Amino acid sequence: MRIPCPYCGARDASEFAYLGDATLTRPDPAAPDADEAFHAYVYLRDNPAGAHSEWWYHSGGCRRWVKVARDTTSHAIAGAELAGGAR
Amino acid sequence: MRYSFLSVLKNGLTGQSGWKPAWRDAAPRPAYDVIIVGGGGHGLATAFYLASEHGLRNIAVLEKGHIGSGNAGRNTTIIRSNYLLPGNEPFYEWSMKLWEGLEQALNYNAMVSQRGILNLYHSDAQRDAYARRGNAMRLAGADSELLDREGVRAMYPFLDFDNARFPIQGGLAQRRGGTARHDAVVWGYARAADQLGVDIVQNCEVTGFLTEGDAIVGVETSRGAIRAKKVGLAVAGSSSRVAKQAGLRLPMESHVLQAFVSEGLKPLVDGVITFGAGHFYISQSDKGGLVFGGDIDGYNSYAQRGNLPVVEDVAESGMALMPRIGRLRLLRMWGGIMDMSMDGSPIIDRTPRAGLYLNSGWCYGGFKATPASGWCFAHLLATDTPHATGTAFRLDRFRTGHLIDEKGVGAQPNLH
Repeated sequence: MRIPCPYCGARDASEFAYLGDATLTRPDPAAPDADEAFHAYVYLRDNPAGAHSEWWYHSGGCRRWVKVARDTTSHAIAGAELAGGAR
Repeated sequence: MRYSFLSVLKNGLTGQSGWKPAWRDAAPRPAYDVIIVGGGGHGLATAFYLASEHGLRNIAVLEKGHIGSGNAGRNTTIIRSNYLLPGNEPFYEWSMKLWEGLEQALNYNAMVSQRGILNLYHSDAQRDAYARRGNAMRLAGADSELLDREGVRAMYPFLDFDNARFPIQGGLAQRRGGTARHDAVVWGYARAADQLGVDIVQNCEVTGFLTEGDAIVGVETSRGAIRAKKVGLAVAGSSSRVAKQAGLRLPMESHVLQAFVSEGLKPLVDGVITFGAGHFYISQSDKGGLVFGGDIDGYNSYAQRGNLPVVEDVAESGMALMPRIGRLRLLRMWGGIMDMSMDGSPIIDRTPRAGLYLNSGWCYGGFKATPASGWCFAHLLATDTPHATGTAFRLDRFRTGHLIDEKGVGAQPNLH
């Protein structure tokens, strides 16, 4: 599996560290439902079979976080973008 | 028909003409008391213990393919009860006890072989950790033995004891551990459950749930709707997909784990050995092939195949452990989909939907748990209370903080 790092180009997946689901956003700790929201944020996952948006860290390259669109049933990668956009 | 020496003799003298199929390929009926979704080892064991221990007869096991075609047919067949934490160890030791009586209980040769498992340690800190683990095992009634370097050398003189980077200092042995024939476990449970009246329905995929109000009262399948008082899920890597149809999000990711078999050899490894400086485990099948594996690939996957970096990592670990396997050729490699929970431990519990029960989160350690998983899930389904050895495997532990994290790496499934 080769991941198309927007900065470095296509590189072997072994250069990257995997974090997981990139659709999660950190809840507001001051919100009244913060307990529930953090439980869902930390532990619950959609875990889809098919299109998955996920974080990979290019630890063996540019050391940027990359958001990758990948199909979990085929491992085919549809695209990748840098976290925070290109700089 | 009961299998016995006499039945083998009789069929040997009559041209093997008297054997019957070991279980019926049942068609689904309109309603059952209990439906188990998933015809793997765990699902079939659950059905068997529901019938044999709790007296239920009106049970169906629904399998989308053929029984044992998922992880039950894809694992490295190791059985052991060498866990550390109080929530885990009594459960796995109960599983080991059930393994020890399994063939008699099922009247089926599951080739349970207590050839021993040896976890190697390579540093002083790891020795201390293994001493602690061994003591925890003994407290739960399991056996363990801490070996020094010479003790390991007496068992496996061919290991690379003086490896420059990971010299072997000793190991933690569990001599009651070993292997079992994975397919035979599935077939044995299927046959024994069938004889107690359980319907094993193959090529029957669950596509949705029947509901009354908030309660689950049955399943929609590719072979029509089937009603049930209780529905139990034992679908391993597909847990999130099936639970989603009931509106549930699970604390789980599905990951791919690869395993490997070499060409056949004369007897070389007579037990199970695990490498302590990486993740690598190896045993030898009765046919002669070395069966081994390592880490999961580490990314979400529903493809039953992995990638080459993990193959390289497994090969390197194997070479660091026993360099003599370097010229072996691989016969087969394959992947299976693991239900990786957020703390690395399983879930056997009711769900927020009445009538729906969950057995999941086995990570890459589900095979050894097969008998106790079935036992505890059957107990839960029959009595609505958890079995004494499975009280910690709650679904709400992620909310309350009562995690069972053997490795202590947190909510990151690819690190468990």
